[in-house]
Amino acid sequence: MRVRVLLFALYRDLAGAPEIEIEVPAGSTARDAVRVVRGRGPSFERLPDQPALAVNEVYANLETVLSEGDEVALIPPVAGG
Amino acid sequence: MSIETWITTEPIDTGRVLSATGSPADGAILLFLGIVRRENGGREITGMRYDAYGSMAERVLREIAGEAANTYGATHVAAVHRTGDLAIGDVSVAVAVSTPHRADAFTAGRWVIDELKRRLPVWKKEHYMDGSRWLDGSSPPVPETSP
Repeated sequence: MRVRVLLFALYRDLAGAPEIEIEVPAGSTARDAVRVVRGRGPSFERLPDQPALAVNEVYANLETVLSEGDEVALIPPVAGG
Repeated sequence: MSIETWITTEPIDTGRVLSATGSPADGAILLFLGIVRRENGGREITGMRYDAYGSMAERVLREIAGEAANTYGATHVAAVHRTGDLAIGDVSVAVAVSTPHRADAFTAGRWVIDELKRRLPVWKKEHYMDGSRWLDGSSPPVPETSP
């Protein structure tokens, strides 16, 4: 299934891309998606292996099971204000 | 109760934030403005870049404002965060609350800005004369177990 992964701030700079589409097997978790993203190349490997994340705009953990078309965002430590 | 929140790349219209609050039931309106400071940790800052996960930030800001209204009895809550490139002295965030009694206005306003810093998906990069750096932030409140 296809999943869209968004990168922001420091993670965007590290990876050199604002977002990527990945293909993962049905039943994959967010942790699996992060593994696939980090396997995309040397710049993506610089991303943390256990980042905070959001699935479809809601904070989620690495064990969250994904569905086709989900939007997964890797969330660096937040610093608004 | 009314809630008005937004994320914008435009300069924050503080008059609009303020006028989104206040009603005959209220005895107090509190307005908080966060502005870009010239120095941080002894380093001089020449400008600040704010990045946001825009659609999620809109959602989270609305949630925070709604929780403030429910928890502290605020009749109106308005909150706005700016993104993009800001200069020293620019308003980066504005929060206004109105409540029947003043103590609740201070409590609610303080809670909104603290909560926003804890969980709004927004990041800032400080620019210096000789470089720039994403600021260390707070770990967002990711749930312990799957929903």
